[in-house]
Amino acid sequence: MSRIAQPARALASLIRGGARSFGRLVLYALLIGPILALGLSALSARWFYPQLLPREWTAAPLLRLLADQRTAEALASSLLTAGSTTAIALLLGVPAARIIGLRRFRLRSLALLLLFLPNVVPPLAIGMGLNVLFLRLGLAGGAPGVVLVHLVPVLPYTVFALLGVFERYDEGYEQQALTLGASPLVIWRRIALPLLGPGVAVAALFAFLVSWSQYVLTLLIGGGQVITLPILLFAAVAGGNPSSIAGLALLFAAPPAIAIALTSRALGGGAAQVGQQY
Amino acid sequence: MRRLRPTIVIWLALAPALAVVGLLTLASLAYGVAQSAGALEVNGVSRFDASAYVDLLAGTSPGAREFWPSLVFSLWVSAAATLVSSIAALLLAVALGGPLARGGSLLALNANLAFPHLVWAVALGLLLSQSGLLSRIAAALGLIAQPSAFPVLIRDTYGLGIVLHYVTKETPFLTLIVLALLRTQGGAYTLVAENLGATPWQRLRHLTLPLVLPGLAGGAAVVFAFSFGAYEVPALLGVRYPRALPVLALEFFTNPDLNRRAEGMAISLLMSLVVLAVVVPLHMLRERENAAR
Repeated sequence: MSRIAQPARALASLIRGGARSFGRLVLYALLIGPILALGLSALSARWFYPQLLPREWTAAPLLRLLADQRTAEALASSLLTAGSTTAIALLLGVPAARIIGLRRFRLRSLALLLLFLPNVVPPLAIGMGLNVLFLRLGLAGGAPGVVLVHLVPVLPYTVFALLGVFERYDEGYEQQALTLGASPLVIWRRIALPLLGPGVAVAALFAFLVSWSQYVLTLLIGGGQVITLPILLFAAVAGGNPSSIAGLALLFAAPPAIAIALTSRALGGGAAQVGQQY
Repeated sequence: MRRLRPTIVIWLALAPALAVVGLLTLASLAYGVAQSAGALEVNGVSRFDASAYVDLLAGTSPGAREFWPSLVFSLWVSAAATLVSSIAALLLAVALGGPLARGGSLLALNANLAFPHLVWAVALGLLLSQSGLLSRIAAALGLIAQPSAFPVLIRDTYGLGIVLHYVTKETPFLTLIVLALLRTQGGAYTLVAENLGATPWQRLRHLTLPLVLPGLAGGAAVVFAFSFGAYEVPALLGVRYPRALPVLALEFFTNPDLNRRAEGMAISLLMSLVVLAVVVPLHMLRERENAAR
């Protein structure tokens, strides 16, 4: 280390520090810019062009939005579909991920391939293909059909998220406890839950988010009968009042943003490691 | 000692998940192919031919003349977004300190990820349109006199707004992937290279790049597949002509004219083929690199 000339090292660390500050700056600007634009639009009335900041601040459009019956119904509908989708995805995904993560068996790669398939078929193609089938089965236009079609992207996502959790899990602990005479309930409560719980919770969070932000699938299967928040937001954009659009967008984005911010430390790069979009 | 379980237990645990995903995906593909061939007409006239595909590819039906321009448009938007965000993610990850990045940076990256695409597109519209926040800032600084002097970034013919959307949304996503790769395998190598006197450029070229490239390729495949197939963003930030393929497909599909409907379905299946052609080689690259390691 001492061979390197002192000024050169000082310069190198200066450049590194500069690059880091610049990187941070870009990152924060990317995040703050759009949030600022949304917030200002949501809380302003008659924000005419050259004004940098709105002259009239008002929470009236936001309050009107929150008091609106349709907003409440869309919120309930979003919570219901995303909640049910998440519950079913965990119910089916946990056993599947456990087997794929811990066992090596014939046709394992076929199972993985089947689960990977929805990643290459755009949701639009899935929704358009299932549209007629669900109409014939009487599943179109209702929440059960929407939940079922949401499972196509959500379930593989959940399994892949859980796969990482189970690959780090050592079944040996369970067997050891069993040998020592622990009951299944004790094993579940004292071993599986503490070791797997956090990972499963994170997978559940992201499963919820994937379902929460679906637009095209809800539109094609819900057929205008299932009005979730994204459907309402898209309709509002076509209608065009900036403050109600921005308010609705904030209402739609707030729950996931808060949930992710709160769990950020536990996540690390968790969201990206699964490698899917929502 | 690992207890050997019979194969039947394995498949009992897998069956529900695989059945739901497999049956729905394969059924949607089967129904999609049938519809694109005109076999599922509601009014009783049923056929099975490739006329929708022929019309699209030859541009013979009036609506289908939009197909090739839309395909080129979508390919350009997705390729540009994928390439730019991959390079930006690499640079950003290195700039943030590689394996040492933590705290506020990770929080900001994750927070960006939390925004649904729909909300992000709405926000970019408010930020970058000719009367948006950025234009107002430019006006306040005296850079421009009226909104029309601000460059058209949203709803422009070249799809710059759509590219910008995906770049700003996918760069943090890919940065997290690169950072995770660097954290798990990069730290010690960097230290060694530094001690041996490697310049920052040499470290990036010979160390960081080979280390993260397979993982980054996988992430880039996800970005391409998503941006090529997503409807919301081009619908919100695009123009009437040329339209992105998903926008064209959904409009044709919801058209009362049943021939249009078959064409819409055919477009969405052709889109799946394009995604397949891009994603499979990128994943094979990743698998091969991982196997070689």
